[in-house]
Order: sequence, then structure tokens, then C-alpha cells
Amino acid sequence: MPRGNATASKALRPEAVPPRQGSYNAAIADQTANLAIRGLLLFLIGVFLALVLNLLQVQRNVTLFPPDGFASIFSSAWWVPPCCGTASAVIGLLYPCIDRLLGEPHKFKREWSSVMRCVAVFVGINHASAKVDFANNVQLSLTLAALSIGLWWTFDRSCSGLGLGFAIAFLATLTTQLLVYNGLFQYTSPDFLYVRSWLPCIFFAGVITMGSIGRQLAMYEYKVVQEKTHQD
Amino acid sequence: MCSGVFVFSVLPRPRIPRMIAPLPQAGRRTPSAPRIPLMTVREKLRQKISAGFYWHGLLCASYPVPIILFTAVCILTCCYPLLKLPLPGTGPVEFTTGVRDYMVPPQEPSGDPGERPDWYRGPPVAYIQQVLVKAAVSPWDNRLVPVDAFRSPLGRVFSLLDEIRNHVHSDSSGVRSLEALCLQVTDLLPGLRRMQALLPEHGCLLVSPGNYWQNQRELFDSDPDLLRTVQQYEPKGLHTSATLKDLLFGVHGKQTGVSLNSRNRVVTYTITMALRHYDVRFLGSLRSRLKQLHPSANCSLREEHMVHVHFKEEIGVAELIPLVTTYIILFAYIYFSTRKIDMVKSKWGLALAAVVTVLSSLLMSVGLCTLFGLTPTLNGGEIFPYLVVVIGLENVLVLTKSVVSTPVDLEVKLRIAQGLSNESWSIMKNMATELCIILIGYFTLVPAIQEFCLFAVVGLVSDFFLQMLFFTTVLSIDIRRMELADLNRRLPAEAGMPPAKPGPLRPRETPPPPRPSPHTITLQTPAFRNLRLPKRLRVVYFLARTRLAQRIIMAGTVIWIGILLYTDPAGLRTYLAAQVSEQSPLGGAGLPHLAVAPVFPGGDPTGTLNVLPQADPTPALSENLSQGHAPPGISWGPEDEEGWRRLSYRHWPSFFSYYNITLAKRYISILPVIPVTFHVTPREALETRHPQDTRHAPPLQTDPSPNALPHGAPVQTDLTLYKVAALGLAAGVLLVLLLFCLYRLLCPRNYGQNGVQHGRRRRGDLPCDDYGYSPPVSEISPLLLRGHNMDIECLASDGMLLASCCLAGQIRVWDAQTGDCLTVIPNHGLRRCSSSGGWEHRDGWDAGAVTDLETLGGAEGQDAGGAGYPVRRRAAPSRPTLFGDQPDLTALIDTSFGQQPPSQAPSASSGFDFGGLVERAYLEHEPSVSPVFSAPPPQPVQRRRSLGDQPMAPTDWDSAVWALELRGNLIAAGRSSGKLELWDAVEGSLRCSNEDGVSGITALAFLNNRIVAARLNGSLDFFTVDINKPLGLLQYRGGPGRGSMPPSPCYSSDDVISCQLTRSVQCAHQKPITVLRAAAGRVVTGSQDHTVRVYRLEDSCCLFTLQGHSGGITAIYIDQTMVLASGGQDGAICLWDVLTGSRVSHVYGHRGDVTSLVCTTSCVISSGLDDLICIWDRSTGIKLYSIQQEVGCGASFGVISDSLLVTGGQGCVSFWDLNFGDLLQTVYLGASSEGQGVRQLVVLDNAAIVCDFGSELSLVYVPSVLEKLD
Repeated sequence: MPRGNATASKALRPEAVPPRQGSYNAAIADQTANLAIRGLLLFLIGVFLALVLNLLQVQRNVTLFPPDGFASIFSSAWWVPPCCGTASAVIGLLYPCIDRLLGEPHKFKREWSSVMRCVAVFVGINHASAKVDFANNVQLSLTLAALSIGLWWTFDRSCSGLGLGFAIAFLATLTTQLLVYNGLFQYTSPDFLYVRSWLPCIFFAGVITMGSIGRQLAMYEYKVVQEKTHQD
Repeated sequence: MCSGVFVFSVLPRPRIPRMIAPLPQAGRRTPSAPRIPLMTVREKLRQKISAGFYWHGLLCASYPVPIILFTAVCILTCCYPLLKLPLPGTGPVEFTTGVRDYMVPPQEPSGDPGERPDWYRGPPVAYIQQVLVKAAVSPWDNRLVPVDAFRSPLGRVFSLLDEIRNHVHSDSSGVRSLEALCLQVTDLLPGLRRMQALLPEHGCLLVSPGNYWQNQRELFDSDPDLLRTVQQYEPKGLHTSATLKDLLFGVHGKQTGVSLNSRNRVVTYTITMALRHYDVRFLGSLRSRLKQLHPSANCSLREEHMVHVHFKEEIGVAELIPLVTTYIILFAYIYFSTRKIDMVKSKWGLALAAVVTVLSSLLMSVGLCTLFGLTPTLNGGEIFPYLVVVIGLENVLVLTKSVVSTPVDLEVKLRIAQGLSNESWSIMKNMATELCIILIGYFTLVPAIQEFCLFAVVGLVSDFFLQMLFFTTVLSIDIRRMELADLNRRLPAEAGMPPAKPGPLRPRETPPPPRPSPHTITLQTPAFRNLRLPKRLRVVYFLARTRLAQRIIMAGTVIWIGILLYTDPAGLRTYLAAQVSEQSPLGGAGLPHLAVAPVFPGGDPTGTLNVLPQADPTPALSENLSQGHAPPGISWGPEDEEGWRRLSYRHWPSFFSYYNITLAKRYISILPVIPVTFHVTPREALETRHPQDTRHAPPLQTDPSPNALPHGAPVQTDLTLYKVAALGLAAGVLLVLLLFCLYRLLCPRNYGQNGVQHGRRRRGDLPCDDYGYSPPVSEISPLLLRGHNMDIECLASDGMLLASCCLAGQIRVWDAQTGDCLTVIPNHGLRRCSSSGGWEHRDGWDAGAVTDLETLGGAEGQDAGGAGYPVRRRAAPSRPTLFGDQPDLTALIDTSFGQQPPSQAPSASSGFDFGGLVERAYLEHEPSVSPVFSAPPPQPVQRRRSLGDQPMAPTDWDSAVWALELRGNLIAAGRSSGKLELWDAVEGSLRCSNEDGVSGITALAFLNNRIVAARLNGSLDFFTVDINKPLGLLQYRGGPGRGSMPPSPCYSSDDVISCQLTRSVQCAHQKPITVLRAAAGRVVTGSQDHTVRVYRLEDSCCLFTLQGHSGGITAIYIDQTMVLASGGQDGAICLWDVLTGSRVSHVYGHRGDVTSLVCTTSCVISSGLDDLICIWDRSTGIKLYSIQQEVGCGASFGVISDSLLVTGGQGCVSFWDLNFGDLLQTVYLGASSEGQGVRQLVVLDNAAIVCDFGSELSLVYVPSVLEKLD
């Protein structure tokens, strides 16, 4: 709480941090640089995860002997990984920002090992959706939904996280749907109202995961800024 | 002055009950349990669990070796069934049956599963029949050129092919030919168009070296360079195993003998046919016919066994990528988890133990599952990371933390037991939750998930078992080792101190308590730290600092994984090989796209039935017989029996994969080879020679450099080997670099290693505690508040604001939340009169601060321009002069006084020291102010002195601020001249001042609207602050989201504030009042005259005079709960009952003055001039333990919560667990702060700490790492 208070007030009045003009500018530059670094990092993570998870999904329908293994990584549309990267950067920056605005910093299990666990579970959810044979799609969707909510409960437990997750999952599903309607994108086999029913769950879990990563990175940034401004 | 450790009672410190008693953090976890019966059930359960864990911990720590042995036996037993499982991997599995009584295995598993593997069901994908041909030109003739050694033997393949194709077996059941039995294939995969010329399509799958020439003898005969034809399809770069040459020749490339320099000039190749149906009679007749036609003289092949080869599902690189990703995440998880293991002897040992625990629990779960007949069908490698993540390392870490945080003075057994029982409830709860989640997963009714859940449940249980037995025991061993090392290190430190013998003052003869005597926790002094260490140690520290070993191990692991990946049969290498073999023929461009040569040119096998009559082979046979009296070249050995074994793993899968037939999870049956021997006469060889052969290849004998060629091939293979090695190394290095970059990116704390000072650097070279370990600094980063030019003398805070005053008389007001400097109240007289460089510099600072203030102040500073700062025109010395009436206070001189400039020392000594003494009075937690400022009666207030109407009296010479208090917006400053000033904290303007007294104000208390000032002459003045402002207009400072502290009343700038002396107790004490405390409506003063007096705040009435000290009073503590403690120059600490004025207890704790006192609900903490902080049990008066502080920092400590103590050191503050005396964390305040000690320390309401730190203040927020304590 005290720390968060400091965070909040600092964010609200960033101009009051350093007494000198020079270091004030430096701090601003520092903050933007940090923001950029964070965004870049999140973008890269998003692209990487998109590629890998897309591969998982692709494999399901591919022969055992992919004649071009590396090419199948890029088998889907080229713009999908950058889009995912951008989305994850936005989400990862949005989460700490919203935390700051709400004035309640996320403190539940704020450590890298927990974040790693979260990412692993996210990949596992994808893995399950891609590899496990479910009896029907309702079962698949229900299982994935339960897993996603479990992910949120295990690693996040913040209302803002839940709300943002739902909102973004909804938006993302809608966007995908629009893309599909416009023929820009195609599913292998839509099963429920022309949507793969697992898609929202995956989106939700992804939002929670990226938010977790973003929050963790933001903690670093805050510390770095603090250290730097008070070094001179 | 007598001193000594005085032990008051014989009662041992109750340790076991604390174990059972509900712990604070456990209580927090169960926030509300309104129903009493539930509560009791829970409590009972909890007590039982914790008691059980306690005894278990005792057991583990008592018998470590037997328990570890027992655990190892358990693990091995549980893993025993794993031996039966096939090794994980995707290599093919073989099963051999006899040829004679071969039956196609039934589809359903029959009753006798003992011998047969479970994959041996149903017909195979194909039966592979190979005809192994060995041919040689014999006898070798000198006229022959090397090409002759294989041209005509290879040429024989076409006739042999014809024989095989046209072989027909007819018996009662009908006429069968190869065409009817063989595996019909269709198109090649679209990616393999370039191979269309070489591999059969739309027909029987039958390959031979003849495919190079489209199975046409004419093409072969007209081929000028056979070797080139063969080699042009070979990969240029890496020498790989599943090449086209292997495929067509059917034997390993080196065996073929198709080269210019083969030693024995024997050409070996096979005709490989894949059969769909197994027909014993047809194959038997084919075999006997071929043998009859081309007998092999000394062939002793046993043609009894057929080998069934089962292929597992193969994982391509594409599938490997997600797997690798999950493993990377897993390793990151393990890394980040084990990084949290702290304060143990061997961090790596424990991390290893943790990983071993998790791994062996997984193995155990698999073993147990197989034992009970649950064969794992899941891909173990795939689910393994998820299992590890589900099981997790959390429990292990929690356990370690808990054990480590037990008091170090306990026996190891007890520590383990206590740590275990502390965490028992949470561990059990976590485990129950996880089991529940997994059970829910079990009811998803998806087989794969069910299986996963089953594994996870067994894994969880076995993990729990291992944690409890294995890890706990390892931990106990580790802790014991630490204890020993600890003792060894601590001995000299304690030996250096004079023995703390019980002094003669012991009033009662008490037997020594049975518990170990209170120990002293000694911090190494910085001087000690900066000693030149021995070289050996420096190397160790270097290693520790750079984490060399850790990084090397990491790099090694990465390389190892890379190698593993590369050498894995299904891994990268074969993939690369396949890639290369598929792609490199593209490089050899210019291959004309020839039409597919059908295997059966005639198309109708029956039409060629009569081409070879059955009883015709005698001429060839006789020819062979007449010629070959076992020519030395050709010999058949047992290695020829299963020549296909020398082919690569992927030979058959890739063979079939060309036709999009997968062998994954299926099997093929390889029939015994049919040996065929050809002897070619030199004449024949000469006849079939192509005219260009001699030109291209000179005879071997006439070769001018005979050594060049024979060594060519080995050199080439060596080269490829080196290439592979180099490639692998490069890939490994690349991977390491990549990971390193990622690591650096992810951990930007390292970004400043190139010279910039920051926290992490210090961990290596400043081992802070006596375990040789300094906890991570990253959790807390102090905020440095800079601005003062001289050492800070007084500190005051009300939680929101922070006021500090330095020796130069400058008062600064800071925002306690953010560390912003809000106001600067300069000492103008000082600034004006002295124009040295240092002060000029300060001028600049002040100007900057003023502009800051104005830019930020907004509404607050609206009239700042008009009012400005108080201007005092004086030309006075910057230092206070000596007082005539000053008593001898040299005993109070702070030991860190030497830091002052020597020129000022004589004049400022007593004054400064007094200030230092006074400021100690403000260290402690202030009782919370009542939120509503008690409104003064509305009366006409005359302003005595204010800024606007009346300038300061010019006669007032400058004086130092000796006491400072802050309430609401008002700063009360007591000066050495006896003047009491009230400043507006936000605007920095003087609101009023009172000069009724002449003796210096040594201490101030500001409670509600009353100010109590203690003066040097022993008098006590009570002031009332009045504001002529209606109650309703009181503003409250602080936004809604600013925290939970009560907002302080705010004085707006247009209020008229007056400060009236209501009562002055002239002779409160005979000697100067040293300490003044006010809380709960009481004012307590302590004086040099050995007495403590308690006054009522409202009517200034003296309630008690407490006598009992044999020296001047130096420290007093009183809080809202009316706890009163006092400490004196005699080193004694007295606890008083404020209601009755009686002494509750009386202990001697320090050699020298007691400098500071704080009470919590359970203990009393005192510090003395001996730089020792003692923690006493409040009810019994027993000293629990003491902490040796650094010189000069003895008095700086504070209590944040009931269990968190913070002490100041040389350039750092340390957090301690008050209950156990454990050093939790050390925070370094600045980079260049070695010599500066923290002399004052104030704990704010919002759990922040403010330390006086030379001329700087440091604002430290209480770390999140201590979440278990708050």
C-alpha cells in the first residue's frame, strides 16, 4: 500500500520528482525509453508466442512429415504474428497503467517465477486445445473456459484483470469474426456460429498472461526509474 | 556506572506455545470466520496439523541419514517399474519372430501378451524383401581399370530385376506373381518431383540401383560416368544417412563398393521390394530360384528370422518448437524459483534438492502408475513441463523460507520443527486446493486430461512425500552446516567483546535460566568489510559476484540441450539430414526430367512369363561354378544377414514417406535377405566397358599418386564430421548468446554494470550479515532527499509531511509520500552574512527550490509572492554561542561527533549534542493525532507577531533549532534562544512566534492544540495554539486516495494563529529536561535530575514524580496505551504503571546511556551508547537477544509493526524480524555512503522510514518482501 501510494502519486505528479530541470528531463526521457523497451519486449514476446502457438494449431492438420518444417511456422497469414505482438504490447502496457489509475497495484504473486508459471499454463492451455481430442466442441470449450478462469484465479485475482480480460477477449473474437466474414482469414472448420468456440478462452488466457508479464515488467521499470533519478 | 546483564526471572521463553499459537500470517489467510464452531474445528485441525508437522520436523532433523536412505529406497522402488518401459525416444523398436511358423498377428491382442509387444498387432505396413547381391570381377586382371570393378557387376542388376519381376509361382491355389503381392504405390509426394525419375510411381514399390538408369540397360550401357550419375544425387555438404544412394542400393553407402578405390572390388547392392501380402510359397520359390541361378558358395546365412520394426511417432522440428518453448519456460520457472532460496548455507545444494524432489516425484508417479497397470499413453516429454509447473516448487520454497526465519539461536531440530509447523497449515491447504482442482479436471471425461490428472495427483502426493522426508532432511543438514559455519565465524566477534558478567547489582540470586543465554547478533562493521581480504576469499567473492559458476552451468546446460537435440534420433540432425538430402539434388541442376520408367515395362506380367524358362539356368550356373572356386573377393558373413541395420533410423520411414505412407506407430516386417552372388569374368567386364571409362579413370596401378585417392574418402568423411561439429558448436554459441541477450533484456538491473553504481553491485563486495549473504536489494529502493548542506539535526513528521532541520538552521518540508521538497525555510541571517562558496551554492539551491515551489504550489502559494519568506536582518554568527547556565552535559555527547568540522566543535559541542539528544526524543512512533483539531473558543485573537504586520525583532540573534515538531500544517521549532516559532509547512512563512522564555527549548511536544516546551533550565512551558477560524472551515489536506491515515487539520493561510503561554512550570526539574514525551493526555518529562515526571496535559498538573533511576533520564517512551518506559544514563530501563506511578520492572541493559526506547505489545526495545540494541520481553523483563550495531548508529532504530524492526547502520538500514531476531533485509541508502552512519530514524505512519543520513534524508518504503510479517 505505501509503495503503491508512492507509485500513484508519482504518476500523477511526475514533474515533482527531481528538483532540477535537467534530471527531470532525463527522467522523462528515461520513462519514455523504458516504455519503449517494455513495449518492444512485449511485442517480441507476443510475436514469439503467436508463432509457436500457431504452429501448435497448424500441426493438428498437417501430415507427419512436414516437407518444410520451418515454412509451416509462417504458414498462416503474415500479419497475424505482428498483430498478436502489437496486441500483447498494448495489453501488457495497459494493465499496469490501469492498475496505476485505479490506485491499487497488483501485488498478488508478483514475481517472475509466478509469471513463468502463468506463461507455462497458457501454453499448456493452447497445447490442450490443439493436441487433446475432445469428444465434442462443447466439452472443449467448457474445459478451456474452466482452465482460463482457473488461470486468472491462480495468477491474477484482480477485478481489473478479469474485466479487461473479458473485454479484450470479446473484442478480439469480434475482430476475428469480422475478418472471417470479410474473407481475410479463415478457420479450418468453424464449429459454433462460425467461430471456433475455443477462441475466446484462448484470448482471455492470453490477455491474462500478457497482463501478468506487463505488470512484472512495469515493476522493473518503476524501480529503474527510481534508482536512476535518485542516483545523481 | 555499573552495568551487566540482569536476568529477572527464571521463566524460559515460551517457544513451543508460539508454534501452536495462531500465527499472524495464518490468521490473515483466514480473514473472517464468524461462526464459532467452525472456527474451533478449524483451529483444532490446524493445531493438530501443526503439531504433527512439528514432530515430523523433529524426527527428520534428528535422523537425517536414515531418512534420506529410506527415501532413496522408496524412490528406487517406485521407479523400478520404469525399467520395463521402453526408453523414451523415437527410435524404432524391433521384435523378431521365426519365419517358419509366421502368421500375421491378429488385430486384437491375444491371450499371450508376454512376449509380443503391444504394437505387434495386425498386418504390417509392408514386408520388406531384400535381395542382397554381391558381385565381383574375378579374377582381377591387370588390364582392367577401376571402373570395371563395378560397371559390369552393376549391370547384372537389370537381368536380376527381370528375373524377379517375371517370377511366377503357380500351385494349386493359383498363379501368383510379384505384381499381385507387392505394395502398390501411387504418386510421390508433390515436394519430390525431382525424384520422379528415380523412384517408381504407380506400381510396385521395388527399388534397386537400376533406378538410377530408369531400369533400362541401354541407358546404363551408354552412361559414360556411372559414378557421377550415382553421386549427383548425393548431398554435397553434410554426409547424411538417408540418402538416395542408401535407398536405392539398400546397403550403407560405404559397403556398396561402387567407387574407384574399393579395396576388395566387391560390389554390394540390394533389390528392395515392399510386399503387401506375405505369401510363403511365392517367396520360397523366388528364393530358391534366385539361389539356384546365382548360388552363393560359402553362404551360411540363417534365413530363419523375420524382424518386425515398429516406428514411433516422429517429431519434426516444427513440432519440436513448441516443446522446446515449454522447456525454456520450464527452465525459466525453475531458475526464478530457485533464485528465491535465501539465507541458507548452500543455495545451489538446496536448489538441486528442490529440483531432485520434483523430478523424482514425477518419476515416482510414472512408476506407480505403471505398477498399477496404467500405462502412459501420453507423450511423456510433452506433458512433463506442465506437470512440473503444476506440482511446482512453491512448497519447497515456502518451507525453506519458514525454516530459515526461525530464531537462529534454537537448536537445529527445533528450528526445522518450528518452521515446518509454521507452514503446515498453508502447505496442507495448498495441497488440498491443488488436489481439488485436479480432481475437477478428472471429471472433464476427456481421456487425455484424465490421464494427465491422474499423473498429476500421484505426482502431487509423491511430491508431498518427498518434500516432507527428503527435502526437509536436506534442509536440516544444510541448516546444521550453516550453524557450524556461523558459530565458527561468530566466535571471534564475541570474544572481542568484554564478557557480560552479571554485575554486582543483581538483587536476587537467581539460577541461570535453562535456555541458552541471549545471544548477540553482530553486524560486521564496514571497516571490517573494507579490510583487504585474503586472495582466496577475494577469488571466491569474485566468483560469487559475477556468478561465474552459475553462468557456466547455464551455458553448459544450454549446450548440452543443444547437443541432445542434435543427436536425438528424431531430432535436428536427422531433420537436417532429410532436408539436405531432399534439397541438395536441386543444386545439382541440369537433371533432365525423364519420364518415369515403369518397373514393369511390359505392363502385363503374364506376357513375360515365358521369358525365362524354369529349367534353363544351367549354363550360367555351370559358368559360375567352373569359374568360382570361392574367389577371395566375395564372402558372406553374419553381418550380411541384417545389412539394413546399418542404415539409418529413418531409412524406412523416409522410404515410405516419399509415397505419403507413414510408419508412425506402425511396423514393417523385414524378411530374411536372399543372397545372390555374381562372378563376372574379366572378359565380360571388358566387353561391357564404356569407351570413356578408361579415359576418366586411369588404372589403379598406374596411378602416379596411389595414396591420394584411397585417402580421399576418409578425409571427406572426417571433414563432414568436423563440419557437423563446427555447425553444432556455432549453433550452441548462438543459442547461448541469444539466451544471454534475452537474460540481459529481461533483467535490466544489470544494465549499469559498466561502471555505474547501483544496488546489485554491492551484494558481492559487501557481505552484510554474518551468513556471508546479503539479501536482494532490489526489493527496496530508497528515496534520497537532498537539499540540506549540513548534517540534519532534527526530524519531525506527522505522516504526511516531513520536516527536517539541519545544522545550518535551514528547515525543509518534504512530502513524506513522494519525497518532494515542498518548502524551504532558510536561515536568512546565516545566508546573508556568510558568503563562502558553500553558502553561495546553497543560494542557488534555494532559488531552485523556490521556483519549484512556485511552479508547483499553485493555489497554495498564491500569496507567497506577497508574503514571501520571513526576512530577518541580523548579522550573527552562524553557531549558537555558549550559554552561561549550561550544565555539564558531556556525558551525552554523541559518539559520532567527530564528523563535525573541528573548528566548530568547541563552540557547538554541547548545543549540538543537546540537539542530538532531543531529536532522539522524536524518533519514536508518534501517537496518532485526533483527526479533528480541537477548535479554540471563538475569541478575538490578537496576533502577537506575524509576518505581515510586523517585522521580526532585529535584536533577535540567530539561534539554532533544537527541537522540531510538526502537526498538521504547522511546524513548531524550538530554538536555542528560547524562542518558539510556528511556521506554515506549506508556505514556509512564519505564522507566529513566542519569546516568553529565554532558556533554550530542548524538547517540544505538539499534541492537539497544545505545545509543551521543555527548556534547558528545567522549566516546562505549556502553550496553546489558537486559530481565529470557525470550525466549519477547517480544511483537510490529502486526497481521497492518499491512504488511510487520518487527515490532519489544515490551517489556511489567512488564519491568524497565535500561540499563548498558558502555563509555565518553572521548576519542573532541578536540572535540564532532556526528554519530553506526550501521549494519551499525559506529558512525561525526564531530566538530568534522575527523575521522571508525569503531567496532565489539560491542566499542566504534575501527577507523579517517578524515582528509580540512578542517573539522568535519557529516554522515555509513552504511547496511547499508557505504557511508560524510561531509560537512564545508568543503563537501566524502568517500566512504569502510569495510572499508579509504580515501577513495574527494572532491568539493566546497557553499558552507558540508554539512548532510545520503544515498546511493542510484547517486548521492549532499547538501544544504548554501547551501540547495542536489546530486545526484552515486556512481561518478564528477560532479555531475548541483542543486536550489535555499528558505531554511532546505536540509537537509530524504529518499529514498523509488532514484528518488524528497522535499524540504521553505516550507510544502510536493516530490517529485522522482531520475534526471531533474523536479519530480513539490508537496504543501502546510497552509493557513496560508506562512512555516513544513520543517526536518526523515524518511522512514519504509512510504514515508511525516514533516516537521517549525513546531510541527506532517505525515505525507505517498507519492502514487499516482508509480506509475511505485516
